[in-house]
Amino acid sequence: MTIEDIVSILDARVLCGEDKLSLVVMSACCSDLMSDVLAFVNEKTVLLTGLTNMHVLRTAEILDLKCLIFTRGKVPSDEIIERARQMNLVVLTANKTMFTCAGLLYDGGLRGAAMTWNEETEEEK
Amino acid sequence: MIAESFSVEKGDYLRAGEASTKMKNMLKKLGIGGSVLRRISVAAYEVEMNLVIHSLGGTLSIDLDGDYIWLVSEDIGPGIPDIESAMREGYSTADEIAQGMGFGAGMGIPNMKRNADVFEIESEPNKGTKIKMGFLMGGGKSE
Ligand SMILES: Nc1ncnc2c1ncn2[C@@H]1O[C@H](COP(=O)(O)OP(=O)(O)OP(=O)(O)O)[C@@H](O)[C@H]1O
Ligand SMILES: [Mg+2]
Repeated sequence: MTIEDIVSILDARVLCGEDKLSLVVMSACCSDLMSDVLAFVNEKTVLLTGLTNMHVLRTAEILDLKCLIFTRGKVPSDEIIERARQMNLVVLTANKTMFTCAGLLYDGGLRGAAMTWNEETEEEK
Repeated sequence: MIAESFSVEKGDYLRAGEASTKMKNMLKKLGIGGSVLRRISVAAYEVEMNLVIHSLGGTLSIDLDGDYIWLVSEDIGPGIPDIESAMREGYSTADEIAQGMGFGAGMGIPNMKRNADVFEIESEPNKGTKIKMGFLMGGGKSE
């Protein structure tokens, strides 16, 4: 699935990274706990989160993530969007709950990141 | 051989993560990449966040020595009273401030242990905690 597909499935708004919507993502993870994200997410994973602080960006930077999705229509500060732009991240905001976002993406064919740190997706196990 | 050390302040959430991202970029420039870079970066970030959230302040240092990259965190207290509990997934004493920012899953130390090829922890109440992690540059855990 490409990020562009995600934008249309979630009817999301692109906050930065408009030029990188053709990137392909392999899996997704929903979490507001950064250590959970650090435990098993890889760079082909999109992160859906309700947190919009700097630590989400740091976590993305540590893991080389390419795409973040803020749920429930949350929009981070301009400073954070600017920093995300410098990091070449694609940042989306979707005006739906985390549950609904996850359900729609799953329905669209996207699968969860594996719960172990060195596998691709949940279902490849 | 290279060595670099960063000081990490207690409660400095604004700069938290800076040392580990600097380390990551430094290692990248040295041609280190792939899963070993990822494992080091994750462990460095976890241990740095712990210094900010749980310690009274400390240092994070990195050292390349032969086949290993060594990551060492040392702080000035308050120490961990029960290391066995602290190593368990889900155990956390993080306060509400830390929780509000996305920390306190109790996954940090288990993540470090899982990512490092060598993991040593020593802690003494009222004195401090030292964590030493070694990462094999080729052929470590992930290869
Ligand atoms: N440097 C430290 N000094 C004192 N106590 C520490 C230190 N590092 C960890 N601890 C203790 O060990 C516990 C477990 O640490 P761990 O990193 O696994 O989880 P956490 O930091 O609470 O949550 P998470 O890392 O998932 O955000 C902490 O809650 C804290 O009680
Ligand atoms: Mg921690």
